[in-house]
Amino acid sequence: MVKQVVTQAVKQTNAAGELTHLLTLEGMPKEQIVQILDTAQQFVSVTDPAREVKKVPLLRGKSVFNLFFENSTRTRTTFEIAANRLSADVINLDISTSSTAKGESLIDTIDNLIAMQADILVVRHNVSRAPMEIAQHVPTFVHVINAGDGSHQHPTQGLLDMYTMRHFKHDFRNLKVAIIGDIVHSRVAKSNIHALTTLGCPEIRVIGPESLLPSDLDMLGVKVFHEMEAGLKGVDVVMTLRIQKERMEQGQVPEGNAFFKQFGLTQARLALAKPDAIVMHPGPMNRGVEIESAVADGPQSVILQQVTFGIAVRMAVMSMVAGN
Amino acid sequence: MKAEALYRKLLGELQAREVTAKLTPAHPQFCLAGLAVGGAWLAERLAKDLVLPQFGVINVAFHRDDYAEKGLSAMRSASTMPTHLPFEVNGAHIILIDDVLSTGRTVRAALNELFDFGRPAQVELMVLADRGKRELPITADFVAEFIDLPEEQILALEKDATGLFHFHIEERNG
Repeated sequence: MVKQVVTQAVKQTNAAGELTHLLTLEGMPKEQIVQILDTAQQFVSVTDPAREVKKVPLLRGKSVFNLFFENSTRTRTTFEIAANRLSADVINLDISTSSTAKGESLIDTIDNLIAMQADILVVRHNVSRAPMEIAQHVPTFVHVINAGDGSHQHPTQGLLDMYTMRHFKHDFRNLKVAIIGDIVHSRVAKSNIHALTTLGCPEIRVIGPESLLPSDLDMLGVKVFHEMEAGLKGVDVVMTLRIQKERMEQGQVPEGNAFFKQFGLTQARLALAKPDAIVMHPGPMNRGVEIESAVADGPQSVILQQVTFGIAVRMAVMSMVAGN
Repeated sequence: MKAEALYRKLLGELQAREVTAKLTPAHPQFCLAGLAVGGAWLAERLAKDLVLPQFGVINVAFHRDDYAEKGLSAMRSASTMPTHLPFEVNGAHIILIDDVLSTGRTVRAALNELFDFGRPAQVELMVLADRGKRELPITADFVAEFIDLPEEQILALEKDATGLFHFHIEERNG
């Protein structure tokens, strides 16, 4: 059931150790994560209300191709806004209606985009590791950013989650973080667990039914809980995930109401966490399935701030890789 | 060279202006904006010594002209000091403060950054040290001292634990 992810050295830095692609957070050194977060903090100031021109010229003359083999309006839009604020030209490719549907191979598609002078390829693919394959193929002046590959990684989401936690909690060294729900299909959960571990978070918990938790979690130093009450006690950060029906086999998870009864984030359950705990969700959110509306819209929710920070994080990543 | 002595020259220049400004209340008070990082330290201390209500910080990272060559690496040292201008830029009389003026490229970038926030009525430039070797048609309105140094040496302002300024000379590597 659980697809074993084979760890293989993915080259996302140049000889000087600088980021040239962003493919995974697994194995990314702490200094590099911190550097991305610090750079993103700079880019938050681009939308400072006092700034009349909310755009900077760093990527002027560069072309960013949004290559989404799997739909995601939010992620694609935030990459597009980030590229626009950096003054890049953005080209969105709707793959479902393009040459791939006519039988063109992935590498042929990529070669054509390189011939069209692409500088940055933002890739979302339903096959794990497809962005790595592309990164290995492109010449050094083309940069690849993984915008989510299968159930493997979603590094910019992981980074924006780290940014959000750092913004509200300042320090990872005393943090207790609980991730709830469909961990096994979640590239977001994996990226978060890798980054949190690297940043020195001492306690990462996952909460969910056995069928949705991968079997190798203990190896990552993660505490496993099968009930919300125990898992939420005393945490600083509560992150709920969407049930990914499209990646599931039938009967793997209690349907809608049954899941909510067991694992839905309600106000009563949230009260078990620390009083100042923040609630996060990578979106899209299913109200009444994994989260109650009162929590999603409540004072502890930082779900919409995550989206805003995501733009700054994507600006940071794009301007870093394109400059190296 | 004594950075503290140069700082006092700069302070004296601004104190003289402040007196003039008070004599003509119709004339708008100047606003200080220091270039991160050294110039921002200077602006902060000047604002304190002049009892100004605020000072601005300008970070030039978004407008540097060496991005294609160096990427964002030059952004790192100043990354903890984003641009912050706590006053209305439109119509303001702004005095840019920097520690060292040389090629003029940083000042060009600072002007671009400043104009992203509005259209000032007047912009002046005051620096502690001018090394010459200009590569752009930019000049300072006040220079505490002209300094001639070999090109391979970097002149950097430092602030010690007690808040005092010192100049530090490094050899440029690579």
